[in-house]
Formats: sequence, C-alpha cells, structure tokens
Amino acid sequence: MYRAHILVCGGTGCTSSGSPAIIDELNKELKAQGLEEEVKVVQTGCFGLCALGPIMIVYPEGAFYSRVELSDIPEIVSEHIVKGRIVERLLYSETVTEAGIKSLNETDFYKKQLRVALRNCGVINPENIDEYIGFGGYQALGKVLTEMTPQEVIDVIKESGLRGRGGGGFPTGLKWQFTANAESDQKYVACNADEGDPGAFMDRSVLEGDPHAVIEAMAIAGYAVGASQGYVYIRAEYPIAVQRLQIAIDQAREYGLLGKNIFEKGFDFDIEIRLGAGAFVCGEETALITSIEGNRGEPRPRPPFPAVKGLFGKPTLLNNVETYANITQIILNGPQWFANMGTEKSKGTKVFALGGKIKNTGLVEIPMGTTLREVIYDIGGGIPDGKKFKAAQTGGPSGGCIPADLIDIKIDYDNLLSIGSMMGSGGLIVMDEETCMVDIAKFFLEFTVEESCGKCTPCRVGTKRLLELLEKVTNGNGTLEDIDKMEALCHHIKSSSLCGLGQSAPNPVLSTLKYFRDEYVAHVVDKKCPAGVCKNLVQFKITDKCIGCTLCARNCPVNAISGEVKNMHTIDATKCIKCGVCMDKCKFKAIIKE
Amino acid sequence: MKSLAELAAIRDKMKAQVNIREENTENAIRVVVGMATCGIAAGARPVLNAFVEETAKRNLDNVMVTQTGCIGVCRLEPIVEITLPGEEKVTYVKMTPEKVAKVVADHIVNKKVVTEYTIGAAE
Ligand SMILES: Cc1cc2nc3c(=O)[nH]c(=O)nc-3n(C[C@H](O)[C@H](O)[C@H](O)COP(=O)(O)O)c2cc1C
Ligand code: SF4
Ligand code: SF4
Repeated sequence: MYRAHILVCGGTGCTSSGSPAIIDELNKELKAQGLEEEVKVVQTGCFGLCALGPIMIVYPEGAFYSRVELSDIPEIVSEHIVKGRIVERLLYSETVTEAGIKSLNETDFYKKQLRVALRNCGVINPENIDEYIGFGGYQALGKVLTEMTPQEVIDVIKESGLRGRGGGGFPTGLKWQFTANAESDQKYVACNADEGDPGAFMDRSVLEGDPHAVIEAMAIAGYAVGASQGYVYIRAEYPIAVQRLQIAIDQAREYGLLGKNIFEKGFDFDIEIRLGAGAFVCGEETALITSIEGNRGEPRPRPPFPAVKGLFGKPTLLNNVETYANITQIILNGPQWFANMGTEKSKGTKVFALGGKIKNTGLVEIPMGTTLREVIYDIGGGIPDGKKFKAAQTGGPSGGCIPADLIDIKIDYDNLLSIGSMMGSGGLIVMDEETCMVDIAKFFLEFTVEESCGKCTPCRVGTKRLLELLEKVTNGNGTLEDIDKMEALCHHIKSSSLCGLGQSAPNPVLSTLKYFRDEYVAHVVDKKCPAGVCKNLVQFKITDKCIGCTLCARNCPVNAISGEVKNMHTIDATKCIKCGVCMDKCKFKAIIKE
Repeated sequence: MKSLAELAAIRDKMKAQVNIREENTENAIRVVVGMATCGIAAGARPVLNAFVEETAKRNLDNVMVTQTGCIGVCRLEPIVEITLPGEEKVTYVKMTPEKVAKVVADHIVNKKVVTEYTIGAAE
C-alpha cells in the first residue's frame, strides 16, 4: 500500500513543458530517500489547466502544484513527502486560503465544470487497465453483455438525448439504430479521432487520459449494432495518444475484454488503429472512410450514408471520440441521469479547448446551457491585461463568432446555430479588443484554402477567390462593392460544395460580416484597421511627447527613425515595416499607432 | 477474464489503492501524523505506514491518513491526531506501529478512544 500518490500530468501540453523529466526526477529523489515503497508516482492525462503546466497533485492532501520545475523536486520530496509540510510557494494560488488549502473542485476554474467525458483525465494512469477498472471501468460492457439486448442498448442511448460531439450534433441513438437496422454479413464501428480544427485538443486529451473509455464504448456500440470490428482513425501528429491507445488495446486484449467471446457471451469484438496524415478533410466522414480503406481521403456524395454503405461497402457506425466517452456513463447511470443535464435539446456536457486571449487556457467540460460569460469570466478567469472582450469563435474554420453583446447566450447546439455560429467539435477562441475581425476571417479562410481537397470547383476555386477579396480588404485596396461580392460568393460556395468543408468554409466570413460589418467598412472606406492589426492600414507616428532619448531609433530594426538627441524624432513611413518595437520601447508613450 | 466476478475482484482490489485520490474530506476520518524532524527521529514514519496498511487491510475507505509538520511537543513524538467527523480531535502520543492496530480497531472502527495512549494519560 502506498501512503501517498503523486499525480503528474502527462498530457501533450505538460509533456512538452517537461513533465516526463519531472517524473524521472521524482522517482530518483523518492528512491534516494528510501520512499519508493511508500509513495507512488502516477502519470495521468490532462488536468485541464494547461496554462499552468507542468502540473502535479499530491494525495491524500490534494495539494495542487503548478508550474513545477525540475529544481523544485527535492524540496517537494523532502518537505511535503518526508515532513508533511506543503510547499506553499508552488501551490496553485487559487487553492490557497487563509484556513489552509482548499480542494481543487472549489476553485473558480473547476467549480462550474462537470466532468463526464473527462472524468478520468488527470485521475488515473491511462497506461494501467487496472486503474481504469478500479474507477468502474468495463462494468458497462459487462452490464450490456449480460443484462441487455442490443435494442435495449440503443433505446437507452436514444432516451439519453446524446448528440454527436464531432460537430454536427446528430442524435447518436438514431445513428446506432440506422446501423443496426442495415442488413449485412459484416458491419463496422469506427471512431473519428482526426480532430483537424486548429486549436482543438479535446479528443486528443480524452485518448491520452482515458483511452479505455473509448475502447469500452466502441465494444458496446459493436454489440448494439452488430459489428465485430472497430477502427480508430487518428492523426499521426498525436503520438502520445496513439501510443496510449495501442497500450490500452493490448491490455484489453490480454484481459479478454477485446477479442473472441467476451465475458463468454458469444460476442466478438476487436479494434485496430488507422493513422491519418492530418488533413482536415479526412475528418469528414466519407473521406475518413475512404482513407481507412487505403485510398486518398476525398469525400463522396451522400447518400448512401455510412450507416448503410460505409467501410468496404458495409454498414458502418462512425462517432466522435467525445461522443464515445459519454457512453459508459449513460449505460451505468441510466439515460435519465444524462438527460437531466443540459438544455431541452442538448443534453449532457461539452468539452471545450479554451484558447486565445484568456487567462486560463486549457481544457474545460461544462454542462450544456452554461453561458459564454460563465465560461470566459468564471472558468476562464477573464481576459488578460484588463483588455475588453470582443468576440469568441466556436466551431473553428466551419463556425462563426459570437460578439460581446451576445455573451449571455446559453451554449448549446441550437442556440449557437441560431446566431450563425456552431458548436463544432469544441474549439473556443477568445478575442479581445486588439483583434481585427477581418484578419480573423482571413486566418480561417487561409486554413480552408489550404485544406480543401480540390475535388469540387466551388470549394477549390471559390475559397481561393474569397481569400483574395479578403486580402484586398486588409491591404487597404478593397471597395464596398468587394464586400457585396464576398457575401454573394459565400452563398454560392455554401450551396454548391460537395462536402461539409466547402459548405461551411464561408461561415467565418459571413458571421464577421454579420456582426462586424462596420470593421470591414472601416477597412475599405476609411482605409483604417480599427484594431490596429492590418499592417498596410496602420501608421506609427511620434508625437510631441518625444523628449529625444533616441531609444526608439536605436531599436528600430530597419533604421526608419531619425532625429537628434533631445529633439523630437520622426519615422520614415516608407522604410517602416510596422513591427511595433519602437512603441513598446518608448518610455514616454510618445509613439502612437493609428 | 471470463466473468463479471473476475472484473469485480480487480475493481475491489484497485479501489482500495486508488480511493486515496477521491476528495471526500468532509466525512472522512482524519489521521494526521506529525512528521517534522523530531517526529521522524522518534519513528513517525513506521507509524504513518502502519496506519496506511492497517486501514487498507480493513477496507476503511473513509479514512484519510496524512502527515503534518511539528505538532509541538517533541518529547512525546511520534504524535498522531485522529478526528472523527463532527468530533473533537484526539491526540495520541509516543505511538509505535504496534499500538496502531489497537487504535484503528478501537477508535476508528468502534469509536472508543484508547485513553491510555492519549496525551492526557501521558501528561
Ligand atoms: C471538413 C470536416 C471535418 C470534420 N472533422 C471532424 C473531426 O475532426 N472529428 C470529428 O469527430 N468529426 C469531424 N467531422 C464530422 C464528421 O463528418 C462526422 O459527422 C462525425 O465524426 C460523426 O460523429 P458524431 O456523430 O459522434 O459527432 C468533420 C466534418 C467535416 C465536414
Ligand atoms: S467541398 Fe472542398 S473539401 Fe469538400 S469535396 Fe469539395 S473540394 Fe473537397
Ligand atoms: S514600427 Fe518598427 S520599423 Fe517602424 S519605426 Fe517603429 S521600430 Fe522602426
């Protein structure tokens, strides 16, 4: 028995900030002190507070240490582990109160969260199947195989109200029903772990932190729809997730939880991993299926839908990682438990990757119906540097923005659609007053132009032309007519593209046009970028606050500033590359951007 | 693995090991062992580990065994404080691993303080 457990985050974020070295150092230090039999070091998945990594938590005290460095380890061991004195300077400041430390669940970041899909992330060692079982793992599969018929399983999922977390929000139970109803000698279950949305890392975190939850759910789905083979399609750029998933599959096979005759109930199921090359379009279901089959990942027309004709021409159930991560909990706690969370038509929770101009960047899971305000200010800790909130983008390159005056919107599928955005897979990018909305639209469009597979003209050529128009606007060469042209082009691309990529690519443009049209107008009429982002439209100027200290001139990388000591300086606009260095350096705030 | 019973056996075995990570601080019985230099010198570590072993052996998953710094009466170390939910804390002094079994059985399981080991008896 171990008297203490030290949980260290081994998610991608903390891994890149050095958590593996910290684990080695901890083990070394514990050994040196003869404590290796008393204290266990556990590498877990993501805790969520990625901004504060590397993160560790020491039980039984529940002390949450953030931004731990290698050099802190001897102190943590000799003070906390040996002498029982918590190292206060390393505690996450939110957990420190006058009365001592408070539980992590009481902090603002976690208080409003509800962890269903992420329940085991940051709690268990994902590479140890016994720990997963210790937290109730594989009970749901056992229950399904011994107590329920396939139709009963489908009915439970239907009743729960679960909808697909991959973006579309299609009712999961219904999809299972369609696949179950399809007649065939062979069917497949597939998991979409492509996660191509820039800035999103929800699915990666689930697979890194709790891979068995997805494996168990896929087996349950296989039983429900009548499939004996599963595939997980995951991008090769997620090496840690791929490795942990493979370890988990091997362990499940060894325990007989995958393979033939599971729990001696005559049900066979196995899973294989298929690596994707990381193309956004391969997340689209028909492209994904084509890619698993070994062909170039291009979409094909639907119908037929995968539930009828999918992998290798056989009926195939395709769900997203997070969708699967909810399944075992619905089976164990009942559909009503799940349906009690969320809003009328969006049940349960949703995981978001919080990014952009927000203090607590990281991974959060909230009940559907939580307001954007709560996510940004309560959980996210607000906007850094006292800046003003301008808009949030959900749904990545397929979604749209939510402007500041809609901050009290309750986040669910239908509300987001109604304002011209969408849930998407869960990227949530926060923007402050210094963000140019035309520039943001351009950023997402650059992405879709790059990622269009090129199969159909409206998407291949249309998005390129749209991007050129956007560039014209940000360069200061646009006209009001161009704005109208852009709008018309958006509608053409939406209505005539073959797959979801093209159909949704204009959304970021349309939604910024809807809420921030005045910014577009400022670019083309006043030739100004109100946020001061678009380089061609800003000018750096030195005002009469200048005392002639020469600091700016010495720091300008292109020698664009001239002037005598103790005399006012000037900027040569033809040489200036608008890097902003002079403005940052000037101690007298004499340099302005307009 | 062939049956649900085997699965349940692994779960129960693991549960005892991982429930240290559950935060049930409010209703938990707290055992706090003084582990400053004086406590360690007097043999607090074996006492701490004995509590961990003994409570695990009896599957007492509502007991939280933790440590603290110096409790302040160095000559009486190892010192252990036990708090049942809603009750005053009881301070045991000059603890040894041998005494631990009795304290767990009498105080934690049967709610009867082992008066002869407490600070009151020693003073
Ligand atoms: C361009 C494009 C990219 C997509 N990328 C993903 C993705 O990365 N992950 C995902 O789960 N679904 C993605 N989808 C949605 C899938 O096509 C599909 O609807 C989803 O995987 C179904 O699972 P669900 O019902 O559980 O959400 C994408 C769709 C489109 C059009
Ligand atoms: S819409 Fe774009 S990504 Fe989709 S098939 Fe057409 S070209 Fe390819
Ligand atoms: S913005 Fe950059 S390039 Fe322009 S004057 Fe200042 S330092 Fe020089």
